[in-house]
Amino acid sequence: MNHLAWEVRITLISIFAVLAVSNCILFFKMRYSPGSDDTLIRHRIRTWWSLAGLFSLALCLSPNGGVIFFGFISFFALKEFLSMSPTRRADRRVLFYAYLSVIPQYYFATTDNYQMFLVFIPVIMFAWLPTRMWMIGQGDGFQNAAGTLLWALMITVYSLSHTAYLLTTPLGQHASNATPHMMSLAEQHPGPGLLIFLVIMAETNDIFQYLSGRPFGKKQVSPNIAPRKTYAGFIGGITLTTCLAGIVGPLITPMDLPHSVFAGFMIACMGFAGELCICALKRDLKITNFGATLPGHGGVLDRVGNLIFTAPLFFHFIHYCYHP
Amino acid sequence: MNQILRIAFFALIVRPLMMIVLGTNVRRGELLPSSGPAIIVANHNSHLDVFALMNVLGLKRLPSVRPVAAADYFMTRRLRRWFATRIVGIIPIDRSKIRREKGKHPLDPISEVLEKEGIVLLFPEGTRGEPEKMDEFQTGVAHIARRHPEIPITPVFMHGLGKALPKGEALLVPFFCDMFVGKPLNSQLKKRELMNQLSVSMDELAAELPVEAWN
Repeated sequence: MNHLAWEVRITLISIFAVLAVSNCILFFKMRYSPGSDDTLIRHRIRTWWSLAGLFSLALCLSPNGGVIFFGFISFFALKEFLSMSPTRRADRRVLFYAYLSVIPQYYFATTDNYQMFLVFIPVIMFAWLPTRMWMIGQGDGFQNAAGTLLWALMITVYSLSHTAYLLTTPLGQHASNATPHMMSLAEQHPGPGLLIFLVIMAETNDIFQYLSGRPFGKKQVSPNIAPRKTYAGFIGGITLTTCLAGIVGPLITPMDLPHSVFAGFMIACMGFAGELCICALKRDLKITNFGATLPGHGGVLDRVGNLIFTAPLFFHFIHYCYHP
Repeated sequence: MNQILRIAFFALIVRPLMMIVLGTNVRRGELLPSSGPAIIVANHNSHLDVFALMNVLGLKRLPSVRPVAAADYFMTRRLRRWFATRIVGIIPIDRSKIRREKGKHPLDPISEVLEKEGIVLLFPEGTRGEPEKMDEFQTGVAHIARRHPEIPITPVFMHGLGKALPKGEALLVPFFCDMFVGKPLNSQLKKRELMNQLSVSMDELAAELPVEAWN
């Protein structure tokens, strides 16, 4: 526990408080208008409870607990991706290597091996997987198979592993100058605060979009890809997320107010972009979700769509601004 | 059967394997029979099919679940025989024998289990065959239905495990398994109509699959 700053602990507790409040609202809604069907939203909140519970438990146990949590998220997302996409029978062995790559990638994140972390998938796996594929000797469908697999690895393993690296990255002198009143614990372990900031912003952006899109939303951003996403929701999401980032950022991360606001704005925009990317993917595969691992949400990949672009972007933003 | 070892195997090995490494997407799991006597028919792609199905049926129903399996394959080697009969709890049926022998019909062991309120799992393709390709169904299920016209037959379409562990491969590659449960068939029908109903029902379930077939 002693690697978590008290601000981070309070943030975790307030997440549970928010969930409890939403459960209460749902309870009263059921009490006073029993006719409406809230099964989906009830499942959704219940899944949020278990996700937040597992995530906090993993974070509390040790700094590496969060890494293992996201390692499993990557594995599940990759499994969903490869199960839903057409694959070639001949490529079973290649897919096995793709699954194995989760382990070194997250190992490099825990050991703060920056260079290997950056090159393992886009350079080493990029060379090895197509090589193993031509060795099998089936030319039919090579382009589709190689393209699908590398794209799957990039979004499910490479992108998401940046969340784990946020946890373990040490920051330099620059960071402590930013907020001198901060406790030394938060300076020593800025990781949990940064990660929680990213996850809260990405996920609440989703909720803010829903809340502002439902009453005001008219014009759709992309009717063919995501009919439920509207401009009102998008703009409402950005505004509210940026405001929340301005409040939460200086509290739990080494970022000051302008940096926090910028990070919040970026996470809101690119989280939206990532989500629409997953929607387009689902349209192409002709599915409505990636499975039923998370009741009320669909698959893991449906939930982490807003992290696929924001995790690397936010990581490099922090690294660029605060690393010595 | 060794009930304690059987439950331990399914709770400690099969369940974590199905939860973490593989994973199942069940549609309409509530249509599965809640208690015996009942017959479940499924298509067959992999050795893992039976474990996936038994895992979805759960530990509560486990003591009554008995998969029908080929005696000429599973009863040959000693270890395999022990595992198949004691842990998985198969009803061994010899695929080469089709006639009554010494007054015993080859399907008698299945009737015995059904009379003791068991849930019988049947893979009427008769073989795993080429993975993720449905073969013609054998008519054994119709013979069982004629003997027990009051027992419901639930069709289950499975997809994905043939990719995870196809016939003749030893390397397990993680894939989700789709399991679509259909409405119980009318067991009172004549042989040809029943087989017809079964294949129509299976085709309907297979059509729900979003993923294109393997290329």
